[in-house]
Amino acid sequence: MNESLFISIIIGITIASTPLIFAAIGELLVERSGVLNLGVEGMMIVGALLGFIVQFHTGSPYLAVLAALLGGMAISSIFAFLTQFLLTNQVATGLALTLFGLGLSAFAGRGYTEETIVLIKAIHIPFLSDIPVIGPLIFSLNPLVYLALVMVYLVWWFLYKTKQGLILRSIGDNHDAAHAIGHNVVRYRFMAILFGGAMAGLGGAFLSLVQVPIWGEDMTAGRGWIALGLVVFASWLPFRIILGAILFGGITVLQLHAQGFDIRISAQYLSMLPYLATIIILVSLRIRLKNKTNRTVPNCLGRIFHSTS
Amino acid sequence: MNYQLEVSNITKSYGDLKANDDVSLNIKDSSIHALLGENGAGKSTLVKIIYGSLMPDSGEMKWDGSNYNPKSPFEARENGIAMVFQHFSLFESLTVEENIILGLDGVGLNENFTDEILKYSKQYGLDINPQQVVGDLSVGARQRVEIIRCLLQKPKLLIMDEPTSVLTPQEVSDLFVTLRKLADDGCSILYISHKLEEVREICSEATILRGGKLVQSCVPQEHSQKELAEMMIGKKLTELARSNINTGSDIFSIKNLSCPSDDMFGVDLTDISLTLKQGSIVGIAGVAGNGQDELMELLIGEKATDNDVLYFDGHDIGSLNSHERRQLSMFFIPEERLGHGAVPDMSLDENMLLSRPESDKMTSRDVIDWDIVSTFTQKVISDFDVQTPSGRMLAKSLSGGNLQKFMVGRELIRKPKLLIVSQPTWGVDAGSANNIHQSLIALADQGSAILIISQDLDEILSLCEQIHVLSEGRLSDAVDMKKDGLEKISQLMVGGESS
Repeated sequence: MNESLFISIIIGITIASTPLIFAAIGELLVERSGVLNLGVEGMMIVGALLGFIVQFHTGSPYLAVLAALLGGMAISSIFAFLTQFLLTNQVATGLALTLFGLGLSAFAGRGYTEETIVLIKAIHIPFLSDIPVIGPLIFSLNPLVYLALVMVYLVWWFLYKTKQGLILRSIGDNHDAAHAIGHNVVRYRFMAILFGGAMAGLGGAFLSLVQVPIWGEDMTAGRGWIALGLVVFASWLPFRIILGAILFGGITVLQLHAQGFDIRISAQYLSMLPYLATIIILVSLRIRLKNKTNRTVPNCLGRIFHSTS
Repeated sequence: MNYQLEVSNITKSYGDLKANDDVSLNIKDSSIHALLGENGAGKSTLVKIIYGSLMPDSGEMKWDGSNYNPKSPFEARENGIAMVFQHFSLFESLTVEENIILGLDGVGLNENFTDEILKYSKQYGLDINPQQVVGDLSVGARQRVEIIRCLLQKPKLLIMDEPTSVLTPQEVSDLFVTLRKLADDGCSILYISHKLEEVREICSEATILRGGKLVQSCVPQEHSQKELAEMMIGKKLTELARSNINTGSDIFSIKNLSCPSDDMFGVDLTDISLTLKQGSIVGIAGVAGNGQDELMELLIGEKATDNDVLYFDGHDIGSLNSHERRQLSMFFIPEERLGHGAVPDMSLDENMLLSRPESDKMTSRDVIDWDIVSTFTQKVISDFDVQTPSGRMLAKSLSGGNLQKFMVGRELIRKPKLLIVSQPTWGVDAGSANNIHQSLIALADQGSAILIISQDLDEILSLCEQIHVLSEGRLSDAVDMKKDGLEKISQLMVGGESS
């Protein structure tokens, strides 16, 4: 394999993985607090649309990214309000959020389907980016790729190195006990859900601001669901999200290249690969761990907290 | 004498129900004070008010002589009140140290707490390893974690809600050493319990509540256990006695039962053999987590055994499920009330129906006759004094003790040939426990065999004429009470644990 093809595959993988890292690390924090938000796909698509619209009108990538982040947060606040204050079922509410996000973005994005925008460019650091192989692979990636990695680190640091992170984990483990000690379960969960929304919004924006310069209805194409699977794959451990995302990103990129090489498998089968891989990996993980108690699974995941005193 | 805490004329109502009605309580400096009462007597309400998680409707409290009206547990802790909960408020997936830090206000993660924890651990004889994950600890160790968590707040009042209900005799006496030391060091203790012999042993004063009202405050040593119990329940207690033990032929036997556990934290059962005669009450003592759950699972039929291991009334029942075993008149009262014993989100009527044997005629051609079901439920409710407005109440809405009475009653009215019961009076107050014990004896007197698995040694000693001890999945031979007595049982109970 020649060097430039290798580099382009690797860069392709980082581009394919980053939206998954954003969405999954957000959802990981949410699930660690004991909330299951299945609305990731819906929050991502809203982020993708808002990022696109703001970039189109202002041309400012900063505002575009900010808009996507706030948009994801805003739509997740609906979920947070419904599940934390009205105590609705999290699974049903999350599914509704996804459907709502997909429908809303398709409707609001009607006028933009023919438009294109300027993509956010990869950075270029003098000297460092010019080093052969290492330069393009490490020092000339898209700024949002670096941001995604920083977010993973920050989430890890928050969960394991701060008191608030410990409290959040304790709430996910046993919300009644956390409440009994006097910690505000609802407030922590609300904030976690908003963070998850913001990250999903960023993940969505990455699609429309970095991957392709256009807006298309349903352009997240199930990445929100893969992100949910990634959280399980990672056993709720932050750094494993990166590993999982690279794996899934890698399969996506390889199947694209495979289509280019005229392999005699129809393109539809190849496009299925990342999703098939998700299912297969999750099932095999479960089989392997069947008789083991996993201490990192939040015990209260998806359970409604109802304060009795 | 100074009072650490003075509680005067507290009233708290929930709708029409007065949970606390003009209750007063004074706790002296450095004393161990008992709060006694049956389930529903208002103990928890009073404690929650003291701990700041409930606000009283009227009445006042003084702490160290000045007014005290806590609006949250944070405020109570700031004042120096700490509490060890009955159902431990620990986080299983976190380490001991993390759990302790979580309960401390204003302590960050960076501060190194390990030494501090070990210091208290040594000073009060509370043996724990700060880096261990709580999910792997025994119940007794978990309680030690809770106590240390409280001690780190340097409390002046430590509230303990039924601390010994889950401990072994050895752990109980260790706990008492710790508590006495604490009181000597100036920390008052409010000790909630319905185990009267313990209260008489360790508490210098007792406040007794009944039906939300104060009965009296007294010095427990000045009253007999029976007097205290009668003050709690407000009526005379009947002595337990088996008039004449008439045992018939063998009805149930376990032959060399061995079974590895499915759970990685479970206990493997090894070579268990046991025979029950008609009319006999046999007890299996032992500390929780020594194979009781695993044994119960097999006896109930939640898990099948090999053939030629379990025999009931001439049938090899190893492969029968629990419904099929019930048809043969084997009945069960499992330990876990919500989940194994009853469906939490279903009414008492529905729960009644679920454990029915075919012969009860509650259904005709699979159509339920609710009138018949509810006559059965009503009978249980009245015979066993279950406090509930009707059989339509959800199982989970009943207090633990009440639900236990319902479950015991549900099985007993079937007049089973064999009753297998785990922890028959766990969390049940003295009056009701007395009732349950008498019903069990009456059942045995009618010729039924009863197998009791319990951690409550007193219960086993007072009911059973044949006692075995389960330790690390092995069942001892019957203990000769006349010859070896209690000492032998205690020895066998801890025998498996090498420490």
